[in-house]
Amino acid sequence: MAHSHAVKRYSGIMDWLTTVDHKKIGILYLAAGALFFILGGLEAILIRVQLLYPDQELFVGDTFNQLLTMHGTTMIFLAAMPLVFGFMNAVVPLQIGARDVAFPFVNALGFWLFFLGGLLLNLSWFLGGAPDAGWTAYPPLAGSQFSGRGVDFYVLGLQISGIGTLIGAINFLVTIINMRAPGMSFMRMPLFTWTSFITSTLILFAFPALTVGLVELMFDRIFGGAFFDVAKGGNVVLWQHLFWIFGHPEVYILVLPAFGIISEVVSTFSKKRLFGYSSMVFATVLIGFLAFMTWVHHMFTVGLGPIANAIFSVATMAIAIPTGVKIFNWLFTMWGGQIQFTTANLWAVGFIPSFVIGGMTGVMLAAPPADFQYHDTYFVVGHFHYVIVGGVVFGLFAGAYYWWPKMFGRLLNETLGKWHFWTFFIGFHLTFFPQHFLGLMGMPRRVFTYLPNQGLDEGNFVSTIGAFLMGVGTVIFLINIVVSVSKKYAASADPWDGRTLEWSIPSPAPEYNFAQTPLVRGLDALWKEKMAGNKGMTPAEPLGPIHMPSPSILPLIMSIGLFIAGFGFMYHQYVLCIIGIGITFVCMLLRSVFDDHGWHIEKEELEKKGAEA
Amino acid sequence: MSSAHETAGRLPAEPEKATLEGRNKILGFWLFLAAEVVLFGTLFASFIALRNQVPEGPTANELFNLSMVAISTFILLTSSLTSVLATMALHRHHLNGLLGWMAVTVLLGAAFLILEIYEFYEYAHLGHKFASSAFATSFYTLVGFHGAHVLFGVMWITTLILQTFRKGLTVVTAPKFYVAGLYWHFIDVVWVFIFTIVYLMGKVG
Repeated sequence: MAHSHAVKRYSGIMDWLTTVDHKKIGILYLAAGALFFILGGLEAILIRVQLLYPDQELFVGDTFNQLLTMHGTTMIFLAAMPLVFGFMNAVVPLQIGARDVAFPFVNALGFWLFFLGGLLLNLSWFLGGAPDAGWTAYPPLAGSQFSGRGVDFYVLGLQISGIGTLIGAINFLVTIINMRAPGMSFMRMPLFTWTSFITSTLILFAFPALTVGLVELMFDRIFGGAFFDVAKGGNVVLWQHLFWIFGHPEVYILVLPAFGIISEVVSTFSKKRLFGYSSMVFATVLIGFLAFMTWVHHMFTVGLGPIANAIFSVATMAIAIPTGVKIFNWLFTMWGGQIQFTTANLWAVGFIPSFVIGGMTGVMLAAPPADFQYHDTYFVVGHFHYVIVGGVVFGLFAGAYYWWPKMFGRLLNETLGKWHFWTFFIGFHLTFFPQHFLGLMGMPRRVFTYLPNQGLDEGNFVSTIGAFLMGVGTVIFLINIVVSVSKKYAASADPWDGRTLEWSIPSPAPEYNFAQTPLVRGLDALWKEKMAGNKGMTPAEPLGPIHMPSPSILPLIMSIGLFIAGFGFMYHQYVLCIIGIGITFVCMLLRSVFDDHGWHIEKEELEKKGAEA
Repeated sequence: MSSAHETAGRLPAEPEKATLEGRNKILGFWLFLAAEVVLFGTLFASFIALRNQVPEGPTANELFNLSMVAISTFILLTSSLTSVLATMALHRHHLNGLLGWMAVTVLLGAAFLILEIYEFYEYAHLGHKFASSAFATSFYTLVGFHGAHVLFGVMWITTLILQTFRKGLTVVTAPKFYVAGLYWHFIDVVWVFIFTIVYLMGKVG
């Protein structure tokens, strides 16, 4: 197979634009996610500045609507989702002992679609105003009658990035089902891999509902359709159903991988096997199943009747049971363990009470009579930020400190990390805890101001101070990244005395991951070998040449094609649509006609690297 | 096609599943079809919710001509049969049979599309336009999405046939035809539901 060596290997920027290596794609996801996280965070701080004092006039009316819409949309779709995908890319293949994902090309395409979709959405700020109908974009408010071009950006940007997410999920499902190392049975998979698996399943079944919802809103806005036009027989509640059939699973799509990260971190830094591993797996599956049974709890006040509300209320409360199983399993994992409070573990330990508060207010909201009081108040805002920030973001930060050495070959600074944790943790509770009470006192969400002397002044003031503190924490994290990146490769293969397969290979992971596929002999595969007195994993195959997929620029060009077509639809320039979609189809044709033979890393090269390490 | 016969001699029993890439492709495609089920399920749900909302323009009962739809249905279901014959030829490593039956499938798909375009054209003349009512919008979206899937299938399988003339039947090309066959069955099944829910229920319900 000497001819397959002829494949061109790029360097510098072209390497990043053409890469199909899951570890590099993971870094791209993290970088893009961090960029959008900072944008969404700045929008949040501007919102809080406007609400610092009553009767302020910094961002009034439409500007405020754009800020809050873009804050929500950016944080959910463009920050949390790619950060989750970043860790899935960086870690899942390593945890199952695979050399690569099932579809490296599709993986790259998923990233570029997400990124260009997000870019399209954010360009709205410069092209006639951002979307302003809330991240849920309910018609008729989101219809062309009441909302400007911004919602077109929302519809098309999310559509493009949503396709990327869907194909990314299919890639991970096939990877986890087909590419596990010998001995890595399903019930030996690390919990982060399990949660990634269930999250990918949720994406597979939830995102098409969003796709159809966005198509319908787009057809109404751009082609004058009548899905949500009541005068022509349309039905606005249809959108709410479609949006939440996607939207509620989306919450679990985000939080399940965070649960997985917490499980890895708590177990590693307690020096104990995860308590109740099989119940943890079962709870994950059950949460995934129930996620599709609860969407109407976002619509209790719509008027679907007491029977519908009661059924969905019970289903919602039922989710507290598997979630409670998880909480107690983490506590019992720590019980009697040798706990080390590294920064990663601080985030994990901080996660548990914060998430429990979010879960408890969730059960409160699940009771329809009470929900009629809480609905559209700051109580709801407090609730879901406890779940999304106290749950997802804390989990992601824990994962960042934990896997940083494996991804970048350098450790993050622990002192700066602890400053980061405490400022962000205190800031988080200062911001969102008072919001529950503001809501109970009647402060409506999504409104740009409030009157003085209504009992709302102090709570809002404290909330804004907290938001600034979270901003300080994020800046400390960015400084930590800069400090870390300016250092040389220093991390050892296994800086945390880890338990799972990713710690059995050098840091950063070589591009072929495993020189020899490992043989897995139990749960916590590496720990099992350590306890048996072995230095590393037992190989399942002799050393031999490794087949690698070729890099390709096509994923980027395909995504640019859809990006161009998106503009065509928005401005009714259908020639542009045909050109854009044509570019994408031509790329698909090229990919189909020209087979990728890939290239090989030869045995000698592997032996040389092995000797150096 | 003597070279193809040589290749066929060396091919394993189920060439589409002989490599990990092939198995990945087939599993990935089944999962993609699962997502497509949700996609069409959602479109069907929207149509069912809106199908009687016709403040202006003709209703389903006034509009539909079952005999023409029956011909479309017959054509598309026959194309499902020919795609099975193609997959069976693939399993017998019979390249000409595979390409021939796939070509027939493509032709039947194209005939279906021509009938559908004619049908839409006729409806538009009768005042059943995309923007005329919620029924019309959801009808054109659902049936149009299906039609777009047929169109994509026709183009896709055509490119497969053309590239396989040059490449022959290998462990690389076999999975492509196998998943194309799955895809074709899927759009046939969707059509069975469209025929029942859109057309029959439109006439009766």
